[in-house]
Amino acid sequence: MKLSLKVWRQQNAQSKGKMVTYPIDGIDGDMSFLEMMDVLNEQLNDKGEEPVVFDHDCREGICGSCSLQINGQPHGPDRLVTTCQLHMRTFNDGDEIVIEPFRAKAFPVIKDLMVDRSAFDRIQQAGGYVSVNTSGNTIDANATPIDKADADEAFYSAACIGCGACVAACKNASAMLFTAAKVSQYALLPQGQVEASTRVLNMVEQMDKEGFGNCTNTGACEIECPKGISLENIARMNREYLAASAKG
Amino acid sequence: MGIISSSIARKFAMALSGLFLVFFLGQHLTINLMAVFSPDLFNETSQFMGTNPLVQFLLQPILIFGVVFHFVMGFILEIKNRNARVKSYAKYKGSANASWASRNMIISGLVVLAFLGLHLYDFWIHEMTVKYVSGDMTGLVDPSDPTSGFRYFEETVHKFESPVRVGLYVLSFVLLAIHLWHGFASSFQSVGFNNKYSVALTKFAKVYSILIPVGFIFIAIYLHLNQLPH
Repeated sequence: MKLSLKVWRQQNAQSKGKMVTYPIDGIDGDMSFLEMMDVLNEQLNDKGEEPVVFDHDCREGICGSCSLQINGQPHGPDRLVTTCQLHMRTFNDGDEIVIEPFRAKAFPVIKDLMVDRSAFDRIQQAGGYVSVNTSGNTIDANATPIDKADADEAFYSAACIGCGACVAACKNASAMLFTAAKVSQYALLPQGQVEASTRVLNMVEQMDKEGFGNCTNTGACEIECPKGISLENIARMNREYLAASAKG
Repeated sequence: MGIISSSIARKFAMALSGLFLVFFLGQHLTINLMAVFSPDLFNETSQFMGTNPLVQFLLQPILIFGVVFHFVMGFILEIKNRNARVKSYAKYKGSANASWASRNMIISGLVVLAFLGLHLYDFWIHEMTVKYVSGDMTGLVDPSDPTSGFRYFEETVHKFESPVRVGLYVLSFVLLAIHLWHGFASSFQSVGFNNKYSVALTKFAKVYSILIPVGFIFIAIYLHLNQLPH
């Protein structure tokens, strides 16, 4: 497969950056998108040029490291996959593929296609946890009975891998789906109730501080999420936030 | 950061003001339909709405506040949202994951706002001038002649004489339908309502979003085609 890649190149966070076109040949349909990027980097190495920097880790679709805006969509045109699980058979011989970093003020570019997503870490640190006293008398989590439907729902929310596709897809660069998933996974469980109010207030405050946009319910985040995190999470976070605000 | 500047509180406020305006549109259309089915009833209701102190000095200011709040907050959120992505994508396929209506609320909203300017110029400013500047609260065609009848229906019909004005009204109502198509249904999500009843409620919102503007379009065209003799 012969392709034309238009790749965003940016030396560092301060430099301006530009799109650079690279013709590439010999791409197999069974290669993953990241393997195709590896082939490109091998070629660049051979020519003595600097390889393209991009995030990746597990390459199994579970870590949330890989990103990339591919032909105008986060993680490319396929549904419910991360970029590492996107295969080149999705494309046709002769295609032009535009590859850009996830764009958001809160996700500044570090270099080329790699962005700083630590804003998500700070939102998590603001309340995305359950405080447990590890004194030796900690009660086994499984000793608390939980309704199966709630447990399943919490698990679906917890499936969020924090990749940032929701932010990248949203026309407002809003992080509400991510934050809502993290709020929801605890809001649905008895273990999360003690800190429920402070959690949602603090996490939303941190989300706003990071400079993400506002949700306007376009639903793009839900469509592009590789883990299928539902918009119901955002409605739940709104309820939790409004109830916590009313309590004061 | 207080609740007023929080993204969720703003979203909640946008939804509430939007729902209030959606309710108002239903009430407005109900009265307007009287112009088609019973001009006398339309006149009586217009006189009641135009002279009732509760409507004039409580509901009207609330409505004005609701409209101003909705579009001012809309602009504030639009600016904030644009600032959240300083560098835009070279290629952005918005249509792949969201409807045109949901992605362009600012465009449909601006058209509706511009229409509101024309609409207030056509009717509201005239009414305010007659009632509170000239002091004529009679609502009569000839204030000195009690038998002359109410002026509202006649004035309304004459407003729709111009095909250009009718065209502008129809275009605005189409954009209103697009605005409501996303806005009404999504307001439930904003207030935190997303459960087993959401599908039915969304369907109701979508039907309402079409029926209300279609009703207004019907009235504008009907009055244009049924002009009174000068």
